[in-house]
Amino acid sequence: MTIQIRKGKRATEPQCLGSQRSLNSEDLLFPNQTGDSKAAVYFQLSNGRFRPPPAHRLIAHHIVDTIAPIFFRVSRTMWLPLRLTLLLLFLLLSPRALLRSGSAAVVSGEEEEFHEELLLKPLPDRKVLAHFHFHSIAPPSKSNGRHHHLFPKAISQLVQKFRVKEMELSFTQGRWNYERWGGFDPISSNNAKPPGVELWAVFDVPEDQVDAYWKNLTNSLSGLFCASINFLESSTMYSAPKWSFRITPGRLRYGTLPREAVCTENLTPWLKLLPCRDKAGLAALLDRPSIYKGFYHSQRLYLTSNASVPAETVSGISLEQTLTVVLQPNSPSSSSIHSGESNFQPSWSLSSIFGRKISGKCVLAQSSIVYLQLEKSIFSEQKDNMDNGPNSLASEGFAGGSGFEMSLDPDIVIEEENQSQHKGSSVLYGFWVEKYNESQPFDLGLKWKYPVFWSSRQAPLHASRFLMGSGNERGAIAILFKSANSADSSSGSRHVSDGCELQVDVFQVVPWYIKVYYHSLQIFVDDEAKPIGDFVHKIQVSPSKDKTSPGMMEMLLKLPCDVRSAALTLEFDKGFLHIDEYPPDANQGYDIPSAVISFPSFHSVMHLLSNDSIRKSPLLSRFQEKNRVQSYTEVLLVPLTTPDFSMPYNVITITCTVFALFFGSLLNVLRRRVGEEERYLKAGKKKGWLRVLLSRLLAKLRGKPMEEPDQPSSESAPLIGKKLVLKVILVAVLAVAWQFYST
Amino acid sequence: MATANTEEEKSKSEQQKNHGGGGGFTRWAVLAVIFRLILIYFPGNLNLSSRPEVSTPLTSIRRLAEGYWLKQSSMSPYAGSMYHGSPLLLSVLGPLTVKRTILTYSVANAELKGSLVTFYADLISGILIRATGWKLQMTYRKSLKSLNLLNKSTDSGGLSSGDIAALVYLWNPFTIVACVGLSTSPVENLFTILTLYGAATGIAPLAAFGWVMATHLSLYPAILIIPVILLLGYGPDAPPSKLFRSKENGKVGDDTSSQDIIFSWGRVLHLLVWTSMWSVYVLVLCSISVKQHSSLQEMFQRTYGFILTVEDLSPNIGVLWYFFAEVFDFFRDFFLIVFHSNILFMILPLAIRLKHRPCFLAFVYIAISSMLKSYPSVGDPALYLGLLGLFLDELADMQFSFFLFCGYVGVSLLSPVMHNLWIWRGTGNANFYYATAMAYACFQIVLVVESVSSMLNHDRKLMKLSASKLQK
Repeated sequence: MTIQIRKGKRATEPQCLGSQRSLNSEDLLFPNQTGDSKAAVYFQLSNGRFRPPPAHRLIAHHIVDTIAPIFFRVSRTMWLPLRLTLLLLFLLLSPRALLRSGSAAVVSGEEEEFHEELLLKPLPDRKVLAHFHFHSIAPPSKSNGRHHHLFPKAISQLVQKFRVKEMELSFTQGRWNYERWGGFDPISSNNAKPPGVELWAVFDVPEDQVDAYWKNLTNSLSGLFCASINFLESSTMYSAPKWSFRITPGRLRYGTLPREAVCTENLTPWLKLLPCRDKAGLAALLDRPSIYKGFYHSQRLYLTSNASVPAETVSGISLEQTLTVVLQPNSPSSSSIHSGESNFQPSWSLSSIFGRKISGKCVLAQSSIVYLQLEKSIFSEQKDNMDNGPNSLASEGFAGGSGFEMSLDPDIVIEEENQSQHKGSSVLYGFWVEKYNESQPFDLGLKWKYPVFWSSRQAPLHASRFLMGSGNERGAIAILFKSANSADSSSGSRHVSDGCELQVDVFQVVPWYIKVYYHSLQIFVDDEAKPIGDFVHKIQVSPSKDKTSPGMMEMLLKLPCDVRSAALTLEFDKGFLHIDEYPPDANQGYDIPSAVISFPSFHSVMHLLSNDSIRKSPLLSRFQEKNRVQSYTEVLLVPLTTPDFSMPYNVITITCTVFALFFGSLLNVLRRRVGEEERYLKAGKKKGWLRVLLSRLLAKLRGKPMEEPDQPSSESAPLIGKKLVLKVILVAVLAVAWQFYST
Repeated sequence: MATANTEEEKSKSEQQKNHGGGGGFTRWAVLAVIFRLILIYFPGNLNLSSRPEVSTPLTSIRRLAEGYWLKQSSMSPYAGSMYHGSPLLLSVLGPLTVKRTILTYSVANAELKGSLVTFYADLISGILIRATGWKLQMTYRKSLKSLNLLNKSTDSGGLSSGDIAALVYLWNPFTIVACVGLSTSPVENLFTILTLYGAATGIAPLAAFGWVMATHLSLYPAILIIPVILLLGYGPDAPPSKLFRSKENGKVGDDTSSQDIIFSWGRVLHLLVWTSMWSVYVLVLCSISVKQHSSLQEMFQRTYGFILTVEDLSPNIGVLWYFFAEVFDFFRDFFLIVFHSNILFMILPLAIRLKHRPCFLAFVYIAISSMLKSYPSVGDPALYLGLLGLFLDELADMQFSFFLFCGYVGVSLLSPVMHNLWIWRGTGNANFYYATAMAYACFQIVLVVESVSSMLNHDRKLMKLSASKLQK
């Protein structure tokens, strides 16, 4: 699949995704036979900074590395000769390709772009955050048609087929620790995701078709990412938030799978979307054992396509792939030296965290930058600690002078201009990866000289959610907001007055078997029960329907700024399911997906001092976007009562026995006659024809001869015969009809 | 615990009834009222309103409050799967469930108002049962007198059957629990009793109103239309018509002029006209109250549809929930039809056999439907046990009555224990609770079968008596 995309223009385009793998090895071995060569694209894109011998080797190496595992998995022994042949072929081809690439670049004004960036950030609790950011852009174009140079074809097909306007898919393991790792900065607002899979998409189709498109999309994504996203197809699993999840309304669908296990089988398809996969560039750092060892791991895919394009042109798509990991650098040496100081930040380097080094950029990337983000407050503290630090804030002085030491000199230093609040602003050191190569790999290291303390900036309220009550019949969900920093909020920049209000959006989806009583909503502000109308500014509820749709609650709270704590409680009844609806591990319990808490009046935005390099960098421009501060609460685990799964036959038989007992005994009582009544029955015989018929039937059933002197017996014989014939005919007709209709 | 207490009270009251004199009724009725008020104003929360025995999806007051809340926040009360009751009940009981202010005092006040509604419903039901009993007894004695079968011994027994029935209804722990537990079943029961009262006293509009409302509220009373027609057509319960006929045969020898078996079509037509009027009225009221956010069709789907397709599988004292939680999906529709037709199949045989006793027929119908209904609660046995008291004289020689009494007591004590073990402690199993539900169903079956059988035996005895008298 990825081969196809990178190969560029091809005369015959296979439509089916699966059939693209039918590209056989002869195509590879004799590339000049299949129209444009593969190498052309590569040289065209890397023509800016072209260094012939290493780049050649690199490209060839890279292509061999990426293509070969797919096609030559079987023949490991053939590997070395093939590699050599390919290398030779590329070397032969390169002058021609170079010539052609120059002309191609002139023709198409806008090009597909690919950027790769990595942000490293030490966290206050001795961990390191690594945030990979890969950005692919396919501009809207008529000329390219369905062909792409760099952009993953699977994604562009997805966007075109399902008319996706905006989509975000995230796979997460672990919980983002909002208290320690920050809740206000762009990374925590955009990239901290709930455990499991979260998917939302905005479609560019009429409202009545959105559900159908959503279902198709989930199935395709499920196949694309090797995950059980197709479970989101069921209408009990997704919802349509109106205003609390995203500010921009639209034909939005939202679904989560809290229990999805995320592992390498999800990462590999995700990496396949990158032009260099994990063979070169920053993605080469992604050593599976080391990233899955971490405390938090979230891979995310966010795409937007510009809507309302004419039918013939292909819409432009911007694809943002991010991978956020929180890792614990293991530095036994430093801890043994400073054993007395447990708070000493560990020193680390890229190779110690990931076990790998970056050997140059991905040649297809337009930019490849590594950033190191440090809080400014570190320096101020250092200034306090040390007397000789008047000039330490000068950007050059950081690297060598004060509390830490970087193994490499930064190429650029970007400061965040944050006038209002001293706390939380940070400094970014940028490193150009393209300067490094295999012989001189990029291995950034950070060494702390002194113990430093700082804390990440918090969201105004820290939200957590928990269950109340015991037993399997009912319970209550509580969402607790705690003021992140009471001292800060009272004496800080926000002026505390009566009019000051803190807006909080709550968006919560509850599966249908948790039957929430929305009328039981209670609100406690500073541990006191308060009337709901005073704080709940707006509430929208779509209650759950059994086996049809989940319950969804959207709420806009307006709390006073000096609030210390606020709690919402909602009571619920636990539902009882049919035995087929229980999952295999029924006694483990059921997950209530995370609630989304956002603060519409707070925006996580970094005001960076404007620079040309910032404008070019997608990561930094993303940081500079105004996004509202958002956080996810915990996933709740609700145990549900189970019936006895081994009992269906017993239950059916016992219940039916009881019903039969009822029916039989009651009917028996009703039709029982005691001796005299028989005589009454016979005595009370009247001339009515129905009664005669009945008595005749009764007599026949009892096998007794009828005593009817006034009726001649000769008459009845043909009658019975006729009846018999009629009956036989009736049965035959019924049988024929049955046969006819049942087939 | 409360059940146990009231159970004792019941047995005590029954002892008292056996010995008590004529003034006993008012004393015991007032005591029942006071007992209820004590329980209602009891400061500690008995938490009966969330018991599975009291609140089924149809009768739960919490669900009603949720429906009212949805309606107040301009949504359909049937949005979501919470409320499945009538929109009229919603507009009457709904405002009482609202917690106007957050202070706990007024919360209690709102609940008090709700339970006062059920309290009044119970009180009126008791009075109506007593009046029905009086009416039944009077007409029955008259007809017996006309047959010369009245023996003096029945006169001397202190309380009349109507009084006893009313007391049984008022003192029944099931009724008390349903009343204090704020379920809507006392209201449904009230309308059922109103139907019987109206039919027994020959007030067709009242009977029609009661029947329409009861059917609207819980669907199953729909089958009561047959006893109501018979009641209005033939008049209240009487000995079999054959007796009158044979008596006249014996007297006059002419079988054409028999006064008592005239079926008065006029009253039945009257009833039907009133029924159609009331149902149109109720439907119009419903459509007015639901027209803003939903439709009548949705209402029928969410009320009757919910009852007929047993959608909610939460445990109750019936047998269907576990059955449909376990049965294979493929057979679900088949068994739904089978179980519902079990009620319908018994209608005709019973009506043929017991047409001379329409009130008893109504009792049997109510008992059967409360046994086989999808979401039974304790309010249903409360109703038919109360009505059972009306036929004390006829059912005097019923078999297994002590066994049944013990069975009911045992089940009502064991069932909460098993529920607690299964749901709250997790040490029990669903089968334990289901077993008590099965036992309860069996006891109900025995009760219905035995009462029908002893009523038929009673008729036989009467015939024998009249035959012997005629021979003399």
